Amino acid sequence: MNRHGLRAGIIVGAAALAIAVTGASRPALMALERIDIRPPARLSETGLYLPGNVGIVDQRNRLFSPQYPLWSDGATKIRWVYIPPNTVIDTGNDAAWEFPVGTRFWKEFSFNSRKVETRMLWKATATQWVAVSYMWNEAQTDAVLASDRGEPGVATISGSRQHSIPSASDCLTCHGAKRTEPLGFNPLQLSTDRDPNAIHGEPLAPGMLTIRTLVGEHLLSPQRTDLVDAPPRIRTSSADTRTMLGYFTTNCGSCHRGDGEMAVQVPSLRYSDVMHDGDAAALRLVGRRTDWQVPSQDGNSVLIDPVTPDRSAMLYRMRSRSPSSQMPPLGTVVRDQAAVDALTRWIAGLPRTSRQESLEVRHHVLRVILRAVNER
Amino acid sequence: MRNIRSTVLFSVTCLAYVVLVNVKAHSVTPEKAPSHAPAASAARIERGAHLVRTMGCNDCHTPWKAGPHGPEPDMSRALTGHPADLVMPAPPALPPGPWTWVAAGTNTAFAGPWGVSFTANLTPDPDTGLGKWTEETFIQTMKTGRHEGKGRKLLPPMPYPIIGALGDEDIRSLFAYLQSLPPVKNRVPQPIDPPEAK
Repeated sequence: MNRHGLRAGIIVGAAALAIAVTGASRPALMALERIDIRPPARLSETGLYLPGNVGIVDQRNRLFSPQYPLWSDGATKIRWVYIPPNTVIDTGNDAAWEFPVGTRFWKEFSFNSRKVETRMLWKATATQWVAVSYMWNEAQTDAVLASDRGEPGVATISGSRQHSIPSASDCLTCHGAKRTEPLGFNPLQLSTDRDPNAIHGEPLAPGMLTIRTLVGEHLLSPQRTDLVDAPPRIRTSSADTRTMLGYFTTNCGSCHRGDGEMAVQVPSLRYSDVMHDGDAAALRLVGRRTDWQVPSQDGNSVLIDPVTPDRSAMLYRMRSRSPSSQMPPLGTVVRDQAAVDALTRWIAGLPRTSRQESLEVRHHVLRVILRAVNER
Repeated sequence: MRNIRSTVLFSVTCLAYVVLVNVKAHSVTPEKAPSHAPAASAARIERGAHLVRTMGCNDCHTPWKAGPHGPEPDMSRALTGHPADLVMPAPPALPPGPWTWVAAGTNTAFAGPWGVSFTANLTPDPDTGLGKWTEETFIQTMKTGRHEGKGRKLLPPMPYPIIGALGDEDIRSLFAYLQSLPPVKNRVPQPIDPPEAK
């Protein structure tokens, strides 16, 4: 095994290893499974480019641009997808599209006009995705398979902040170990009803795939003309709430999806859970208690505090880029100031209702009682 | 008026709750493990107990005390993590040189370049320990080195790579044993970040 982990660097996503366990009430256990599927050693061998022409993208690989892009420390990103001929995407469940075997996604990251890495998500078998990254060489002529442990400090972003290629397990932290999925390719992200205020939103270039082109080219099954007639959008009574929730679905919703222990702390921010009633989804964040405590604050913190915005755990953690506090906890080392500003404005615009004032009084009473008991 | 009445009612309820919680917290009677704990065989639990004893979990997750023969883990607080009532002052500033980190006498709080870390309550208390954790989350945490398998990185000196290198069966045994312990309410402080780099 060489440095770039030709073997160990293989991440088999979706590697759901159902382990039969005794006891009817015990759930099947899921685990990462590593099998010996070897991804190409070089990016030039993955099918992204025409043979012998690194930089000339094979036209079978289609550009797309999610309307709510993930914050990646200001990297310039380009995305392509390859859908094998005569295959379709199974759209029976909008919360979990199924891609045909052979599907490949690529995402190229550049800083300061230099290509740094290109990530590839490849559906190698019916149940297995391979997720790898290729690190560009100095001459920018090709990229080689990165180590499964990641590659630290491959580019300077600003000051002492450096971009690192994520490890194999970190890839699956977001894309899912139990059920791997591409995150920027779903009904909301490809909708033609694009949010004009999306934070870091990118223009839709001619030829980019959208729901409309996918339907027009018969790439969805069942055909989803309903998504063309009524393009998916986050339905809210305010444009700001729509934009903020869009940001959350991309940057928070891959982990905070209403399951597991995290569901106790944060309600689901997955796109499919917030689209139909965005106002209700936003309200669930306001005043919601969390175990995570804003430093130097007495008592429990809440996710969004419309009375004292600086006490909002979400705002604090989005501002932070310290390892124990920051959100998201991986994939970024630079604060997304535009998002922080947008969230600050959004919180300030929330109505300070009598209910919130009442909650504030109750929290104060609780703090006084707890202090008295502790001092006893 | 309705608000005042509601607040008074809320206060009385809170007071009753706090009294009950405190009475319960000071009880030495082991409580029944929460339902999140999967039913585990005695053999699995014993294997987990053996691993806990031999892999040094008590070195940090059980507060140490001064014993007749020197420092020793206080097994009356076994695996309960950093004591909530031991509020640590700011760590001492170390002079330049090879001394780069410090530890509390309990061996449950550590300060270094990563900030300040506190060892976790591993008992199955649902609010302050692992009571709401699932076996899968525990396995993923040990394998990825991320809190709850997908959050922040676990901090030094937690030797998760060693535990993560155990087979899944052994990690399951560890979890089974921890879930068999009496739940103890002890809210460990969250980590303290170092000054943010520019």
